[in-house]
Amino acid sequence: MTGAALAVATSGLTKRFGSRAAVDGIDLAVPTGAVYGFLGPNGSGKTTTIRMLLGLIEPTAGTRALLGQPMPGGASAALPRVGSLVEGPAFHPYLSGRANLARLDAADRYADTRTVRTRVDGALERVGLLAAAGKKYRAYSLGMRQRLAIAASLLMPRDLLVLDEPTNGLDPQGTREVRSLVGSLAADGATVLVSSHLLSEVEQVCTHLGVMSEGHLVAQGTVAEIRSGAVATVRVQTSQLDSAATVLAGLGVSEVRRVGHEVHGVPGDLDPERIVAALVGAGVGVRGFVVDAPTLEDLFVSMTGEGFDVSG
Amino acid sequence: MSAVEKATATAVAAEGRTEVGSRHTPSARPPAVSTRLLRSEMRLIMGRRRNQMGMLVLAALPVVLAVAVKLTEPHNRGNDAGDFLSQATSNGLFVPLAALTLEMTLFLPMAIAMLSGDSIAGEANLGTLRYLLTVPVDRTRLLAVKYASLVLGALIGVFIVAIVGAVAGIALFGTGPMLTLSGVRIGFGTAVWRLVLAALFCAAGISALGAVGLFVSTLTEQPMAATVTVMIITIISWILLGVNQLAFLHPWLIVEQWMSFSDLFREPPLWSNLLTGLGQDLGYAIVFWLAAWARFTSKDITS
Repeated sequence: MTGAALAVATSGLTKRFGSRAAVDGIDLAVPTGAVYGFLGPNGSGKTTTIRMLLGLIEPTAGTRALLGQPMPGGASAALPRVGSLVEGPAFHPYLSGRANLARLDAADRYADTRTVRTRVDGALERVGLLAAAGKKYRAYSLGMRQRLAIAASLLMPRDLLVLDEPTNGLDPQGTREVRSLVGSLAADGATVLVSSHLLSEVEQVCTHLGVMSEGHLVAQGTVAEIRSGAVATVRVQTSQLDSAATVLAGLGVSEVRRVGHEVHGVPGDLDPERIVAALVGAGVGVRGFVVDAPTLEDLFVSMTGEGFDVSG
Repeated sequence: MSAVEKATATAVAAEGRTEVGSRHTPSARPPAVSTRLLRSEMRLIMGRRRNQMGMLVLAALPVVLAVAVKLTEPHNRGNDAGDFLSQATSNGLFVPLAALTLEMTLFLPMAIAMLSGDSIAGEANLGTLRYLLTVPVDRTRLLAVKYASLVLGALIGVFIVAIVGAVAGIALFGTGPMLTLSGVRIGFGTAVWRLVLAALFCAAGISALGAVGLFVSTLTEQPMAATVTVMIITIISWILLGVNQLAFLHPWLIVEQWMSFSDLFREPPLWSNLLTGLGQDLGYAIVFWLAAWARFTSKDITS
């Protein structure tokens, strides 16, 4: 991948708050046209990274570029082509949803005043908020607020969308809608960087994944690449543990070990059929044979840890 | 943004286009100067209920003042000639002047303190600041627009007092010649022009305080904290101004010449204090706007 083909590229990006590194030397690479799922538990540094990408905060070290423009110097060239949702919705409570979008549009020097109404209503329509456009923002539910924030990122045609936890506060129906919206934006040719702490919410639409844990980017690549990092294991249930272990080792299965009444091993590129045939051929009585291929979710958990603890 | 910067930005944008193959590079150059954001800012300020209430309060005082003087008129006649309130009341324009004298001490500084609290700290508090900056609005431009809105706010506030005062005064006391502080009478038309100058002078002082407020507003995410800080600065300035032993400090106080607009109602007007006051206002505005700029353009926006 060359630098020019990356919609988002960072190198050694680091942000320290005091002595703690919220983001520690990450090299993000989001190819143009990708739907990049930026995953990680709460507090793993996703939002801090996004704030640095958008020029809201300065990194302690490292560089970042958006659409080929180094930030923050290239902000005036890059940001008009970037729609963003950062750390939840934020609007003026006593203005209507429509007036809030008009306010943001007024701040955009590239926005055409003649088409404000059309673009604002078009964006509201796209997130299903047109019916509530005249209501004051303070009367919106969390889900409606989230939709309004997404609408704000769609006021102008964009090359890149940076959506930080876009499904926060949405019900399952809303989550599905956001997923299909992300899909349709990508189909239009936009690059989408979507962060989430829930793999299941973005897995279906993503072409690429990046996984953050405690400020580090622990994995990055296409979904297939990440999946191939998942190491399958075979489990053989047998009474002849020694012979089974010998056969497996002879076939080139690595990490062969006995666990209770089973022999476990990592087959690598070996076809499971060949292993079973070899075991039977060597006279080992096979009671059971299992190939454990971890799901993406298992991988995600193994990379980021599980449980309710947020990383400090 | 200067023409050169704009040209550079456009050139950089063009470069980005070839590099990444943009589909949505903004087609036309943005206009060099657009008042759209400023107009949006003013709609935001004027549309806010609290600010509308504030304007009502500003407007109420000169009306109350005019009525009160009218009701007690016979007793006041011929008192201290240096006091607007006790001036001969053949010309209603003493009402806006007296109202400005009263409101410049507290109400108008309070108004600008609230507006400046909203300007940056208020947007940070709501979180709307991050969305404005990622539109993107250049930070220097945002600060310039915010300050322009504060100056307009100061003008609106001061002219509400002056105009409502003038209307109430004229309605109750008429349009006769005005007795100046020098004891000479000036015509009504001349008096109106001097009132306009007096209001502009007051607006300059309030705008200077607005620059202080803008700076304080970049230091916090709590609009109330910024408002209170600006009020404390104002009140302390008034107190220090009242202590004669601290005379050496007085030229540095933002409020020192705020009441000098009464010098416009001498015949001929006494310009020296007015010019000193405008110089102080300009100094405060420049120093604090630059301080706000230095702070805001290097600040991490974590709200």
